[in-house]
Amino acid sequence: MPEYPNRQFLDFEQPIKVLYEEIEKLKQTAEKSKIDMSDSIQKLQDAIIDKRREITEHLTPWQRVQLSRHPDRPYTLKYIDNIFTDFVELHGDRNVKDDKAMVGGFAQLNGETVMVIGQQKGNNTKMRQLRNFGMANPEGYRKALRLMRLAEKFNKPVITLVDTPGAFPGLEAEERGQGEAIARNIYEMIRLKVPIIVVIIGEGASGGAFGIGVGDRTLMMENTWYTVISPESCSSILWRSWDKKEVAAEQLRLTATDMKGFGLVDEIVNEPLGGAHWSYTEAADILKTFLEKNIKELKSIDPQTRVNNRIEKYGKMGFWEELIVDSTEEQ
Amino acid sequence: MKKESVEDLEVNLTGEEPVSEGGEIKPKWYKRIRKGITTSSTDKRETPEGLWSKCPECNYILTSAELKENLYVCPKCNYHHRIGSEEYYDFLFDGEEYIELFDNIQSKDFLNFTDLKNYQKRLDEIHSKTNLKDSMRIATGKVNGEGIVIACMDFEFIGGSLGSVMGEKFSRAVDYCIENKLPFLVISKSGGARMMESAFSLMQLAKTSGKLSQLSDAKLPFISLLTDPTFGGISASFGMLGDLNIAEPGALIGFAGPRVIKETIKKDLPEGFQRSEFLLEHGFLDFIVDRKKLKDQLSQLIILFRN
Ligand SMILES: [Zn+2]
Repeated sequence: MPEYPNRQFLDFEQPIKVLYEEIEKLKQTAEKSKIDMSDSIQKLQDAIIDKRREITEHLTPWQRVQLSRHPDRPYTLKYIDNIFTDFVELHGDRNVKDDKAMVGGFAQLNGETVMVIGQQKGNNTKMRQLRNFGMANPEGYRKALRLMRLAEKFNKPVITLVDTPGAFPGLEAEERGQGEAIARNIYEMIRLKVPIIVVIIGEGASGGAFGIGVGDRTLMMENTWYTVISPESCSSILWRSWDKKEVAAEQLRLTATDMKGFGLVDEIVNEPLGGAHWSYTEAADILKTFLEKNIKELKSIDPQTRVNNRIEKYGKMGFWEELIVDSTEEQ
Repeated sequence: MKKESVEDLEVNLTGEEPVSEGGEIKPKWYKRIRKGITTSSTDKRETPEGLWSKCPECNYILTSAELKENLYVCPKCNYHHRIGSEEYYDFLFDGEEYIELFDNIQSKDFLNFTDLKNYQKRLDEIHSKTNLKDSMRIATGKVNGEGIVIACMDFEFIGGSLGSVMGEKFSRAVDYCIENKLPFLVISKSGGARMMESAFSLMQLAKTSGKLSQLSDAKLPFISLLTDPTFGGISASFGMLGDLNIAEPGALIGFAGPRVIKETIKKDLPEGFQRSEFLLEHGFLDFIVDRKKLKDQLSQLIILFRN
């Protein structure tokens, strides 16, 4: 991860930036005056840790959304680098093109081959454009499906890493069937014969996320969000104003804790203090232990049972009221 | 290049009455038809008999009774009016006879979701104003003597939005099809997901797909009829997963709404964009069917699937 001064700070992380600046000043003073300031520097570094802890303890839903989009946050390929070995990236949907917003390929997790797929965002202006801000076109979803089928053929588990502000709402995307592409993936994922583990590593926005988001287990990292619409769009449609995104984020109940509470995701993957951007390796190590445990559990179940369980799991999701119908006074 | 006029579909998902900005707008037009002809006698008293209707496309004027007779299709320009489940059931099922299924399921506000209004309050208001319990109804009956289950959306109910109730009714409808070996027709008309149900609404995409997978294993046909408009979560799930995907003429169908696309690409949309004919051209529909031919076409297909 980037070190200070290349680190970027969100509005509520500004107190940490101030501490870094103080450390920097002390270092310069120490250099000039040749006085040992390591005690004072250590104190400030401890203060940074405390501040990170403090921030973590008081995050609002909207701040979690902000953290999920932190410019220094690790993206899919970063996790792949840190968790797996022998990653071979596979390209193209064999039809239209290679969608750079969606990456995937074979890799090894502790010597076992898996198929890893995920949306990829860029970490500078040029790369952000190349990756289309993590917004896949139909080709991206179809590439993902091709790779999942490949995994199924060779009996390898699938791991998807979800991080998208949504499927791309473009003219060509519609021409080539964005809806159909996502629908097809959801349909095929619900009946894929190999284990599927879904991890929300950043933004889990609606159909664009769900297009690679159906699985036996869904894990959500601590500072991510997952729901049917972004808080901004929700605010603009339901509140008819762009200013209610914080309220929308609260009302949507989109945090990992909410989602786990509703039984819509299975586990919350904790992050380094203050967020995954504070240590890519630590974030990856934690996630790795979750993946290992879940793959082991899922592999012990026979394929047909696994598929049935998956269908049943989603079948239970929802809430409604059943009125008692008095058949004598109907119509 | 002529540009496509952009309708703000999202506004229907708020559950509020759309605000007219001068001139005729479609949802209002549609409501007038319902009140004039098809709803209960109490509503009829409030509306004068022999109401005249004007086609929003070509301004052709005819009586509401004539429009109903013509299955709510403009006799002059073939514009297919937005109609609800009651209208579809009446002309599709033989002798207007059908049994409604699972109509005891209705939405509730599990999340205590409050935007400009509380979701439960919104639901209560719609429940008191209409006979609808949610945005999808399920019915079974005969179409030219062929048994079938038809799920149909009501755009009037929060823009036909997909929530838990739609997912559950859809699931039970599939179970009913499997039990009774019946084909399944879904008539879609929806702005997308029910935002007030948040992630629960998103999960219905997988829930319904799981059921379709079982319907497929039972080798029973699933026909998806897309009508104006069908967007978002519906086109990203069962709407596009039919053994046959068909549509009414001129229907707006897509994943992202036209307004969002226009704002993203910062260009006008080409004429005909996201219309049924556009989807047919790009390979996502099997065919387009006129409403007046729908019933015969359906029974013909059921026979083709079976024999
Ligand atoms: Zn007309």
